[in-house]
Amino acid sequence: MLKGIDLTVAKGDAVSIIGPSGSGKSTILRCINGLAQPQAGRITVAGVRVDTLRSEAERIALRKRIGVVFQQYNLFPHLTVLENITLAPVRILKVPRAEAESHARDLLARVRLADKISAYPGELSGGQQQRVAIARALAMRPELVLFDEVTSALDPEMVGEVLAVIRELVREGLTSILVTHEMRFAEEISDTIAFTENGRIVAQAPPAELFYRSDNPRIRQFIGGFQGFRDAVQDREGI
Amino acid sequence: MSTAALPARGALRVAWPWLAAACGALLLWWLLDARLTRDLLDWLPYLASGFAMNVLISVLAMTLGTLGGVALGAMELSATRIVRAPAVAYVQVFRNAPHLVLIFATTYIFPFEIVVAGHYLPFPDWLKAVLGLAIPAAAYVAEIARGAILSVPTTQWDAAKGIGLSRGQTLRWIILPQCLRRALPPWMNLYASITMSTALASLVGVHELLHAATDASTAVRRDDFTIAIYLTVLLAFFLFCYPISRLTRRLERRLARS
Repeated sequence: MLKGIDLTVAKGDAVSIIGPSGSGKSTILRCINGLAQPQAGRITVAGVRVDTLRSEAERIALRKRIGVVFQQYNLFPHLTVLENITLAPVRILKVPRAEAESHARDLLARVRLADKISAYPGELSGGQQQRVAIARALAMRPELVLFDEVTSALDPEMVGEVLAVIRELVREGLTSILVTHEMRFAEEISDTIAFTENGRIVAQAPPAELFYRSDNPRIRQFIGGFQGFRDAVQDREGI
Repeated sequence: MSTAALPARGALRVAWPWLAAACGALLLWWLLDARLTRDLLDWLPYLASGFAMNVLISVLAMTLGTLGGVALGAMELSATRIVRAPAVAYVQVFRNAPHLVLIFATTYIFPFEIVVAGHYLPFPDWLKAVLGLAIPAAAYVAEIARGAILSVPTTQWDAAKGIGLSRGQTLRWIILPQCLRRALPPWMNLYASITMSTALASLVGVHELLHAATDASTAVRRDDFTIAIYLTVLLAFFLFCYPISRLTRRLERRLARS
């Protein structure tokens, strides 16, 4: 699946991974938090060699430090919003319930869902569910958050509210890796953009460079395929 | 309907069949003369002891059936064919077997007593009826369990792992609670259906409600009494099974909303 991945993410950085479907973007994320095991190569997250982890306990220790937000939100439908957020801190980190709940309230306020604390996921819109999922990931106070195409399953009018939350988190210094098809958003918030194709990272550079000054025809074609960028690129190149 | 959201009218909607049933019973009471009422009251304890047997058989059959069925349901989902095949075969065979045939089979196949280490343990007919009903119950429960497990998407495992839960914790806090919620309504339906089938045990001589009613009817030998006694039998089953089906429908509706 993945053949040549060489990616470094510094603390406090936001790195976006873009590229065609099936090029291995999501698999990179699954390797980083140990949901998938690479056959070769090295992955180091905050000093932990993920590729050498053999036991479930070691992987769990790692996953406590890495938050994940999925395309399909994957909230737990039988638990309320509050229970979704506090389950892991209370059960896994053994945070006192009162403390976990007050943290959950803060997080819900940050994702602008303070009034939905007792709702069940089924009562929320897609955008609201995804914001709860972000709060759930943040509840573990992760050192790194992986966003896996978090707006791909949303109606267009809900994409904005989710991106606004992520934008704010990134500005506050959250270390994050995003797999995304939102080109403008990636350009705006990322320190680095990586372009994947056929299981390789074929280019990585700051957004301005990758989007507008890349001499790789495949990247130009891919980015050009997204409406709006073609014009922007042409404007800058004076065509 | 939106009226269900209003507590007062919702309560009335739930209560009216009960009111109707109570009125029906009262009407029955008035229609019957004093002698009939006295005879019915005389036989009531005997009928109650019979009905206790129905409840006992249904509870035991459902307990055995649930234990066996959950195991069979898990086996049906096994990736190993040797484990899966016998469970699938069992479910297919016994889901399509008439309950009465199974009760007859268990009654006449099993001995009336079992020798365990020199001790003779009686194996009464009512216990054989329990087995006769537990066998199909296990097959139905297996299908309910299998469906419940399959209804939880695998992405729930990813999400639980993603926040640091182990396999066991995921199963306990995420997967099983969702399975139980999905399985509870059909499981209660099955319980009501098994309870109604316990009346079949009268045909192999188990002293249960229908058998007791027949005893009473032959002893009193009066047409009005016979009618009244069988109506009482119907009412007893209705009063026991109707709340279960009502509760099931409420659970199903609540599940559909969340």
